[in-house]
Amino acid sequence: MTRVLENGLKVVVEEVHTAPLASVWCWYKVGSKDEVTGCTGVSHWVEHMNFKGTTNIPKEQIKGIIEKFGGSWNGYTWIDQTTYMETASTAGLDRMLFIEAERMANCLYDPEDCESERTVIISELQGGENDPDTLLEQEVVAAAFKVHPYRHPTIGWLSDLQTMTRDDLYQYYRRHYVPNNATVVVVGDVDADDVFRRVEKQFGGIPAGPAPRRVHVEEPEQLGERRIEVARDGTTAYLKLAYHAPGVNDADFFPMLVLDAVLTGAKGINLWSSFRTSPPQRSARLYRALVETRLASSMGGGLLPTEHPFLYLLSATAMEGVRLADVEAAASAALDLVARDGITERELAKAQNQLRARLVFENDSVTNLGHQLGYFMTVATVELYRDAPRRIAAVTADAVNAVARKYLRADRRTVGWFTPESGVSA
Amino acid sequence: MSTVVHRGLAAARHVLPNGGIVISKEARTVPAVTFQVSVRAGSIYDANELLGLSHLASRVLDRGTARRGSEEIAEALDERGVSLSVSANRHVLTVSCTCLSEDFEAMLDLVGEIVMEPSFPEEEIDTRRGEVLNAIRQDEDSPAATAVQTLFAMLYPNAHPYGRSAKGRVDTVGRITRGDLSAFHRARFVPSTLMVVIVGDVDRERATRSAERVFGPWQAPGSDEIVLPHPPAERRREERVIPMMNKAQADIAYGFTTIARDDPSYYALTLMNNALGQYGIGGRLGDSIRERQGMAYYVFSSFDANVVEGPLLIRAGVNPANVERTIASIDEEVRRMAAEGLSETELADCKEYLIGSIPRLLETNAAIAIFLQTAEFFGLGLDHDMRLPALLEAVTLEDVKRAALRTLDTTRASVVVAGPYQPGGQ
Repeated sequence: MTRVLENGLKVVVEEVHTAPLASVWCWYKVGSKDEVTGCTGVSHWVEHMNFKGTTNIPKEQIKGIIEKFGGSWNGYTWIDQTTYMETASTAGLDRMLFIEAERMANCLYDPEDCESERTVIISELQGGENDPDTLLEQEVVAAAFKVHPYRHPTIGWLSDLQTMTRDDLYQYYRRHYVPNNATVVVVGDVDADDVFRRVEKQFGGIPAGPAPRRVHVEEPEQLGERRIEVARDGTTAYLKLAYHAPGVNDADFFPMLVLDAVLTGAKGINLWSSFRTSPPQRSARLYRALVETRLASSMGGGLLPTEHPFLYLLSATAMEGVRLADVEAAASAALDLVARDGITERELAKAQNQLRARLVFENDSVTNLGHQLGYFMTVATVELYRDAPRRIAAVTADAVNAVARKYLRADRRTVGWFTPESGVSA
Repeated sequence: MSTVVHRGLAAARHVLPNGGIVISKEARTVPAVTFQVSVRAGSIYDANELLGLSHLASRVLDRGTARRGSEEIAEALDERGVSLSVSANRHVLTVSCTCLSEDFEAMLDLVGEIVMEPSFPEEEIDTRRGEVLNAIRQDEDSPAATAVQTLFAMLYPNAHPYGRSAKGRVDTVGRITRGDLSAFHRARFVPSTLMVVIVGDVDRERATRSAERVFGPWQAPGSDEIVLPHPPAERRREERVIPMMNKAQADIAYGFTTIARDDPSYYALTLMNNALGQYGIGGRLGDSIRERQGMAYYVFSSFDANVVEGPLLIRAGVNPANVERTIASIDEEVRRMAAEGLSETELADCKEYLIGSIPRLLETNAAIAIFLQTAEFFGLGLDHDMRLPALLEAVTLEDVKRAALRTLDTTRASVVVAGPYQPGGQ
């Protein structure tokens, strides 16, 4: 059930009476694509600051506030969205809603806390850079877009993290953390009408703000293949191929999701839970082309639901002693083949079965379900989420073949190599 | 012989005539089933010269059986979107499967073949060996993996099975033959250590009957259980640095050996560990190192009591300039905990949290299966989920203090730093 409060806050409630739990998610339609040059990483930093105390929840009272109800809490920021969650016993429902209302309206941004968090976030960035695969992905994404703000990493560029001020953070917070830019989701052992009343009580008094500015940038068509090679000390070589992909609201999205299942095995569409269990990939085309041939020790593909057209990102870890050029050639041959000849009816049925199963597995808890409702409300609609099984079932081989031809184009891709300098050479 | 517990998780336990144990639990949250089939075939059974045998067995086990080739298994899994994984820890090798309820019988049959009649095809051994060798090389380039592995070797010296790398080394993995894998299977895959845990949308009696049908006829004698030595009790503080100058951030691993799972102070140490490095954002360690000093994105402690004395690990990722300050802060918290134990409020908070978390931690089929498997492995009883609150509740301040004093001593700590750091200056 969905309602909208007078201040524009969207509220989604779903009753699930399997355990005495409630999951509360509060979503903001703000992510790293809303950031401007010089302030990259501000959405994520703001997310960190929003765990640091509010007018009515002093900093020293935060510790334990959800733990008292046996709860867990978390938050994350990505390219389209920022979200916060608590899952706890239903007795903690009011507490969870209170925390989220405070977070929306009353965060403090103590200057000392901002400084201390600056180094925590730089530590998060440097921890990510320890992993060559993460580093390569960041470079490939940056090269794949020249205009659209999807090009910069959600964590931000180091120089921006070193120079942004408390006021940059606070202004960004005030601009985007308004009820008319948010969705509250409650899933669990609750009564929907009762939840709507409680949400109204906690959030109803928060005034709407000016509608945040939206990004309307369109990435111009890519005119030729882009290549990037990161050569550093290391032991292992990595390959990434990035193709421009349809956004979730595009009719091409679900055919593309089926295509990804054929190429790399179905993951599902839950960013929070789908990637915890290994996908069925042994009969996937790229697994056979790269892993079973001993060119790569692992491979994977990622197509995530995003508001604007993002990337279909394929990754492979080269087997020691194998040249990246050979891994790339084998991957390209498999991709060219599917673009030229399409998929078989049997592959279509298999991919659809996989996705049907993954959509069941990825919604096995109130937390995971809460994530999906809020995620889709933020980047698309809840209706699209509920309609996903039907849309997947309705995908035809022709539709998959059409997206393969349209998106898997060598002249519109970005190729990334991580070459370990003390190990394999290309 | 069957036992049924009717409250709490209300799992049923059934002992097969061949000694195998079947535990089943109905859960109707989603139309899916998770089941785990395990035997005592973990890495402790690897001979030193064949280190990585159990791990390689876990990679090849599901790639061919007496009745089905690798290709046929791949199709059987992928056409149903099944998630299948095989993993080996120190003691146990587990085949985990998540499938739609409609596929349960077919998948249990397949997993039965995988566990009882694997064929270890030569070709598959070579492919998976290559993947393992690549993963070992990736770990060598990872400061986090390097720090933790080095710490384990220090805590458990003299080739103690808990101190060795489960993946093995390049030389030992390189020499494993098909004969070694078959011999390992004959020795360690036996019904007397078999445990089948079935959780999900399947009737309890049907689950038990199915498991009996698949595993009931299995007969295999196997080898004797090995007796693990205790890690050394006498220790001096030891610090090691592994410079990895190509990295952005240093990983610190700091630890002690603690107690066995059946030690009466297990619950006291669990609460102590929660307060030290988990509660909120990383407990007292998080308060100091992340929140107050802004030095790390991640800092936490983990405690893993096992068949013999398991480790307590403290980990943090920090800028190389902050390595000394971080280790000093860890020392300070460890010293304070050993000297003072917990405050009354802290103990009450941690109890409330851990007890209140039980329903949340037992929400999904996969989580319930792991809980039941662990309870059975350590002989905690079928009603452990119901007894757990009282076991935690009974812990006194004095118990925690005694357990902390016995475990935590900075003059006996083992400490590793891996990353862009060299002692005595940057």
